[in-house]
Amino acid sequence: MVFNTSLTGYQEVFTDPSYCGQIVCLTYPHIGNVGTNLDDEESPKPYIEALVVREFSALSSNWRSSESAQHFLERNNVPVIWDIDTRALVRHLRDVGALRGVVSTDGTPAEKLIAEARALPTMTGQELASRVSSPKSYHWDRGSIDLAAPFAAAASAGAVPAGTSGVPHSAHRPGAASGKRYRVVAYDLGIKQNILRLLVDHGCDVTVVPAKTSAEDVLAMKPDGVFISNGPGDPEPATYAVENIRKMVGRAPIFGICLGHQLCGLALGGKTFKLKFGHHGANHPVKNLLTEKIEITSQNHGFCVDPESLPSSDVEITHLNLNDHTNEGMRHRSLPLFSVQYHPEASPGPHDARYLFDQFIDLMETHKRA
Amino acid sequence: MPKRTDIHKIMIIGSGPIIIGQACEFDYSGTQACKSLRSEGYEVVLVNSNPATIMTDPEIANRTYIEPLSKIYLEAIIAAERPDALLPTVGGQTGLNLAVELAESGILEKYGVKLIGASLDAIKVAEDRLLFKDVCRKIGLEVPASAVVTEIQEAVRFADELGYPVVIRPSFTLGGTGGSIAYNHEEFVDAIARALDASPVHQALIEESVIGWKEYELEVMRDWRDNFVVICSIENFDPMGIHTGDSITVAPAQTLTDKEYQRMRDAAAAIIRAVGVETGGSNIQFGIDPATGRMVVIEMNPRVSRSSALASKATGFPIAKIAAKLAVGMTLDEIPNDITKKTPCSFEPTIDYVVAKIPKWQFEKFPGSDTTLTTQMKSVGEVMAIGRTFQEALCKGIRALEPSSAWRPPAEVTTALLREKLHVPGPDRLHWLFEALERGMSRDEVCDLTKIDPWFIAHLEEMLAVDKRMAGTSLRQCSRELMLESKRSGASDEEIAKLWDVKSSSVRSRRQELGVTPVFKRVDTCAAEFESFTPYLYSTYEEEDESGAVERPKIVILGSGPNRIGQGIEFDYCCCHAAFALKEDGYETVMVNCNPETVSTDYDTSDRLYFEPLTLEDVLAVLDREKPQGVIVQFGGQTPLNLAIELKRNGAKIIGTDPESIDLAEDRRRFGALLTELQIPQPRNATALAPEEAVAAASEIGLPVLVRPSYVLGGRSMVIAYDLKTVQEYVIQAAQIGTAGDPKRPILIDQFLEDATEVDVDALADGEDVLIAGIMEHIEEAGIHSGDSSCVLPSVSLRPSVLERIREYTSRLAKALHVVGLMNVQYAIQRDTVYVLEVNPRASRTIPYVSKATGVPLAKVAARLMTGRKLRELNLPFIEHDGIKELAVHDFYAVKSPVFPFNKFRGVDPVLGPEMRSTGEVMGISSDFGVAFAKAQLAAGQRLPQKGIVFMSVSDHDKKNAHHVARDLVTAGLKIVATRGTAAALRRSGIEVESVYKVNEGRPNIVDLIKTGKIDMLINTPLGRESFYDEKSIRRAAIRYNIPCITTLSAASAAARGIRAMLGHEADVSSLQDLHLRKSTAAVSIPSADSDALPSASPARAGAAVPPADPA
Repeated sequence: MVFNTSLTGYQEVFTDPSYCGQIVCLTYPHIGNVGTNLDDEESPKPYIEALVVREFSALSSNWRSSESAQHFLERNNVPVIWDIDTRALVRHLRDVGALRGVVSTDGTPAEKLIAEARALPTMTGQELASRVSSPKSYHWDRGSIDLAAPFAAAASAGAVPAGTSGVPHSAHRPGAASGKRYRVVAYDLGIKQNILRLLVDHGCDVTVVPAKTSAEDVLAMKPDGVFISNGPGDPEPATYAVENIRKMVGRAPIFGICLGHQLCGLALGGKTFKLKFGHHGANHPVKNLLTEKIEITSQNHGFCVDPESLPSSDVEITHLNLNDHTNEGMRHRSLPLFSVQYHPEASPGPHDARYLFDQFIDLMETHKRA
Repeated sequence: MPKRTDIHKIMIIGSGPIIIGQACEFDYSGTQACKSLRSEGYEVVLVNSNPATIMTDPEIANRTYIEPLSKIYLEAIIAAERPDALLPTVGGQTGLNLAVELAESGILEKYGVKLIGASLDAIKVAEDRLLFKDVCRKIGLEVPASAVVTEIQEAVRFADELGYPVVIRPSFTLGGTGGSIAYNHEEFVDAIARALDASPVHQALIEESVIGWKEYELEVMRDWRDNFVVICSIENFDPMGIHTGDSITVAPAQTLTDKEYQRMRDAAAAIIRAVGVETGGSNIQFGIDPATGRMVVIEMNPRVSRSSALASKATGFPIAKIAAKLAVGMTLDEIPNDITKKTPCSFEPTIDYVVAKIPKWQFEKFPGSDTTLTTQMKSVGEVMAIGRTFQEALCKGIRALEPSSAWRPPAEVTTALLREKLHVPGPDRLHWLFEALERGMSRDEVCDLTKIDPWFIAHLEEMLAVDKRMAGTSLRQCSRELMLESKRSGASDEEIAKLWDVKSSSVRSRRQELGVTPVFKRVDTCAAEFESFTPYLYSTYEEEDESGAVERPKIVILGSGPNRIGQGIEFDYCCCHAAFALKEDGYETVMVNCNPETVSTDYDTSDRLYFEPLTLEDVLAVLDREKPQGVIVQFGGQTPLNLAIELKRNGAKIIGTDPESIDLAEDRRRFGALLTELQIPQPRNATALAPEEAVAAASEIGLPVLVRPSYVLGGRSMVIAYDLKTVQEYVIQAAQIGTAGDPKRPILIDQFLEDATEVDVDALADGEDVLIAGIMEHIEEAGIHSGDSSCVLPSVSLRPSVLERIREYTSRLAKALHVVGLMNVQYAIQRDTVYVLEVNPRASRTIPYVSKATGVPLAKVAARLMTGRKLRELNLPFIEHDGIKELAVHDFYAVKSPVFPFNKFRGVDPVLGPEMRSTGEVMGISSDFGVAFAKAQLAAGQRLPQKGIVFMSVSDHDKKNAHHVARDLVTAGLKIVATRGTAAALRRSGIEVESVYKVNEGRPNIVDLIKTGKIDMLINTPLGRESFYDEKSIRRAAIRYNIPCITTLSAASAAARGIRAMLGHEADVSSLQDLHLRKSTAAVSIPSADSDALPSASPARAGAAVPPADPA
């Protein structure tokens, strides 16, 4: 059971595979106001286990809305409880840390449910990335939507969830498909589609591969760069991914986000630990230690890389969380690898860190030349 | 990056008097900025003409100047103080415009003053609509199609091309003054002329209409390292086309997806960078077409604004305070968040509640004005309410507005009328919305007519549905679940009581019986992610209470609610002072208020802040939780006083003067009896419902009499009747327009004290001792509302025997009413007889003014007296006259003058009467009374002419004395023109004067002269009803062409003195600190121990060494 403090972007939260195995409480009391639409999903279906809110709007009011949030979750069998004191719940979670939880609608006595919740495994030690990863690889070619373009197509498209291979259902940024220059292989550990869209926007030809694809297979595709995605669960048991990253470091430029960052940290010899209640929101200040500029970031993680555990001779800490001074980013001092704990693809959240995608392109360009 | 060390002394210009569009939010922002800079070790020089502000308290800045906000005075202050920098962004549009003027005229450069916070270029780009639009287009953002015009024909051509409706916005005006929407060619021609006139640079923008679009605002901040954060998003409930100051607004934005919101955020970041606002806060407005999502940029304020005050209160993020720190070179990450203590300010607040702001209008004060809500702001104040849901916030906001009576739709409302009311927005908009929904109008139709988002309308529907279910049950049968649902949807006990036709106290007890009571939650900037150390609280109906109230000595102070005419910043000033004093005395202070513009609702002002409506229900809930030792009701004006008796009945301990005494003083009959008993004269008076009754009463009182309704309606104010026929006619007419015949609203008939001088007295009392704080002599004669009169302290013309009597009566009254705290008495002096007009045993509007003039913080002293401390232990600098103590009189004159909003209400007659209509006040200080008056007039926006032509038209009654004024003016070198009668009277006294036609006498008449710029000042005293329209058109023309217009002979006389005194007079300025130090050295004769605390200020003080009139 976790809470997210973002004021906007509930649909992105619902459909973020990193929320697999978690009940999510949204702190903003009015959820559902803008319904859902086909462009704002981060994966083809919601991943949250259940939703807890103060008020859940039956009405969607937005020119892009194609389905109400209530109907969307109902259709995907996600239970929602509302009309509860979510602030009290959040204060409790803040004090005691993320908890295991059960949502029940059938009148089962509380004691029984508590026992059931206690019997659940904790997040520590759970490998969930392979559970949400795509079973097979696929090609991705859709860039970001352009809000300035007409939305008539989206509005009439009906309530069909868009698949990863679905037809583009609204106007995409022109020119994104042309002029592809970088072949990127993206490991899907629960990848958010906005990462893929931004890679395409930046001129990448993206192939998404399942979590357990071997490093050899990936390197055989001769990628210009490898991307390690976000995803759910504890990074430590995902040893296969750590192994693969170790094999690829230095052989192709690597960019990791969130779980990808934690896995890179482990691959470089570091350790990870679990945060009390994690960071889940869209307002966390992160300082880029290289430029001293502050980025307002989107965050969604329960685990964290211990910067002390990283070999300082090889690894440079690049980003710092200003709220609790936890690690938010690093890069290899000599090899083409960098990663961030937060979400430069935002969605939901501010776009302050989009420069990291440019940085990935630059890294691939430099590596290509060298 | 640490703060700048190359600057030490920073000047801040305040926003001047409270006017529509610029209210006490700039006292809040200016006060924060001063405190913030001083805490960083800078010396602050503050200039503001408004004495009713906290920022002009001598403790807030190092050097405080209450001087006119005009270039010459500002230059004099700069010359005296030699500040290193000027922070132009915390004093509203006024402060910003003055900074631009000082920069452009080379004054800043001359004295080496740097602009910090925003550069001149950035200000100009942001403020010039055309430049701003160019910048937006250049960075790829859309703006409505537009053109800037400076002359009418060109404007008309463009508008015709663009197609109607079009929006007209004059350049460089406040609160959209002169702005409007024209729906056709004819309307446009009229509107554009007005807009060009309203603009100081005779320029206006004509724009593609985006009326009916969704309107959003972002409050953003940036530091010099280019760190950018959004503090708050605001969505307007009302669509584009209604000024945001007149719109209900909601925070955060409700109907944007993340992608749309982030697009807006990206746009805001790009704009603030492109415009070049390097540090500080800005407000950026956007419009979105609800059908297509097309987003256009509307405008930007490169400074702290009304919306940033709202955003600060809505999120707990103090924008002005942080903006000031950023201006001196700090970065957001260097500044800790006060509320969480552990996290920095470089974040974006997230909230877990909904905030609603609702404007308060007072059109009833301005009969004849157009009540349609447009792009020009017309509201006088606002409330903010916090709830966990939109419904709860909206309902709390509605009751926080304190409607004087329940709104009823007119008896027969046709669907056509209903549609029109929905389509043409007015101040009653919400009521019409509920009316339409109750009648079953479909949501689609309502949305179509109002252009309000269906999400909001759906919530209103739900509220009505819950009400309906409540109406279907009863006090006894209501279940806990339904009661809770109703309370959660925002219903007040009073509304529920109405549904059940029971008393609200019964609902309250039943609700408590059912265990349905509110809890308090915190505003913490972070949706509970971090612990909050600041008890900034709001009520809601949920499970967990986090008020953290503990038992300890504490006092609850009830604030004054939304700003309105007659109850504004002066009362907030008093409430803040109570909090400051009691905190110093070791009490925990608890503030309850709902006005986001105020200093009292700053979480720093008191120990605990409850942002709650000031209704019995809401206040009792706070008292139940806090269990204070005392409640202060006498500082917040009428709002808390109206609750006093009920609070007492419910067990609250009201400290200070007993509410029963306050009641007694307001009861005409009981108070009359008390005065008789105390042998204090009052004008003979009576009330009447019918004409015969009125005539009988008038003849008994003796003519002339002042006849007025007890409640002003339909434009009728007072009439002075010299014969009984006039009395009879008045009552008959009043009956026709419904102001008579109602036993609750009788006609008031008072003996009219001709040629009387009015005097206001503020006094302190502790139950044993009485201390006179100030005896203020009004400049206008009796009959003008005291809040609308100019007055001077100390008095200039009262004889010692009169002063003695005033002191004596004041003391007697304070003792008889057992006053503990403050008391205000209004007197009329006629031929040396002192009459009592009114007594208010509570804080009055004049408290801040008297405090500034005397240097004694009266409200602080009064708060201490209320907790049982005594005057004699507080060491106040008094002088004793015949055993009655009075605060030491200073060696300068302080003149207070009112400021009126007539320019916002076209067609309204600006003549003064017993109904208060001023929104704010200014103070002028000088050792010469004439200069002090002229400074006050200048500060109030009435620049008394130094040369040119004065028009005079005075009533028959005034004719015998008009020659004094005329002679003064002629001596000063001005020419007089006058209407026939006045001219004849003046010629008889040997004054050279030219005649001019009245409006109905032929042309060119006086209005023609005004329009052609030939008149520099008007003296026009009311002549009686027959020429009413003639005068009205003269006065209206004066407003339109911004010519000083004086409507009483006594003010004219003061003006003439002022004009003479100002001749050849250099701007003399002095800081409050110097004035009071000089005074205390004089009074207590302690040598100044701290002479180096007084840098080069004295040279600027060049006032003529005229000794003040000796009052004793």
